[in-house]
Amino acid sequence: MSNFILQKQWNWFASGVALGIAFLLCVALVKPIGVSTQFVILDGILWDAISDEVVVESSSNKSGYSSPNAYLNKSGGKYAKNVANPMNYSFVFVVAMVLGGFVAGRLQSGKREKESSSIPQVWKNRFGDSIIKRYLATFVGGLLVLFGSRLAGGCTSGHMMSGMMQTSLSGYLFALGAFAMAVPVALFLYKGVK
Amino acid sequence: MELLNAVFLGFIFGFILQKSGAANPERIIGMLRLRDLHLMKAIFLGIGISSLGLFAMMAAGIIDPGHLSVKSSYVGVIVGGVLLGAGWAISGFCPGTGVVAVGSGRKDAMIFILGGLAGAIIFTLSYASLKGTFLFNKLGGKVTLVATGNEKYASLFPSVSALAVASVIAVVFMAIAIVLPGKKN
Repeated sequence: MSNFILQKQWNWFASGVALGIAFLLCVALVKPIGVSTQFVILDGILWDAISDEVVVESSSNKSGYSSPNAYLNKSGGKYAKNVANPMNYSFVFVVAMVLGGFVAGRLQSGKREKESSSIPQVWKNRFGDSIIKRYLATFVGGLLVLFGSRLAGGCTSGHMMSGMMQTSLSGYLFALGAFAMAVPVALFLYKGVK
Repeated sequence: MELLNAVFLGFIFGFILQKSGAANPERIIGMLRLRDLHLMKAIFLGIGISSLGLFAMMAAGIIDPGHLSVKSSYVGVIVGGVLLGAGWAISGFCPGTGVVAVGSGRKDAMIFILGGLAGAIIFTLSYASLKGTFLFNKLGGKVTLVATGNEKYASLFPSVSALAVASVIAVVFMAIAIVLPGKKN
């Protein structure tokens, strides 16, 4: 068991079983996994810190909070409520994911390989060593990913994995759109790399 | 209690994403270039196992169908998926794996998160003008393929046995996971 925990990376079978158990455990104990909403909540928290008007208490809204911003105010102000109370399940869940990634990265037997923690090899082979180029692309990538996720109402976790687990039509539509774009873009972008 | 669950489950999920290689952009890009299907196999197996377990445990009364959360189907789900797909291929991260990669110490993942926060605030600010457009035209709304037992959600095939159909889908997913080739060199 400790050997398994200390492996740098699990094989596909162990990875798939572990992912399956994680998604099942979450829906059994609380609710399906979702991540991308919390980017909006963090934006809201930052926004709220510099402005008094973003989120206000409201007795007419179902959640008890309202916002002049239509998105934070939607569904009875449930996002506004989570912005006002960051210690809620969904937000803490995502913060704990960072910790899980940290511990998993540390718990590794043997020597830690000297891999770049900024530029993947495939990127390096195609676009060179420029850190500016990689950061610029990652920033644009992140922008597209989160704008897309919010437009879709979920991301790879919430729509694709949790959605298809529940046989939700939206999960299939989302996966179709995501892979139909991602595969051609990846093939084109990294064309010719061994 | 709820927060304890959040810490426990979030930690486990982050740990697993890291150990499965999903938080490594090299492997994501390898999957999207169809050269290293390790993650594709893991994803198919993961969905198959969780789906089979979910419907079996709901049928057995162990999991409350009230825990389900089915998202709505509308045009923006596909368009948003396409946009995410582009950013996913460029960066090698999606929201969850980007968060985990920050934990594992990747610097490019931090930039990804900053870009993500920018994308999320742009959407938050443009929602008011987007919500009346075709992007939010319904494509079925909150529907599932099989009846989940949760009355909030309609199903496309309500007359068939949910457990039977969900099991068939799950087994197909697992079979795909097994049949797909691993890393190509």
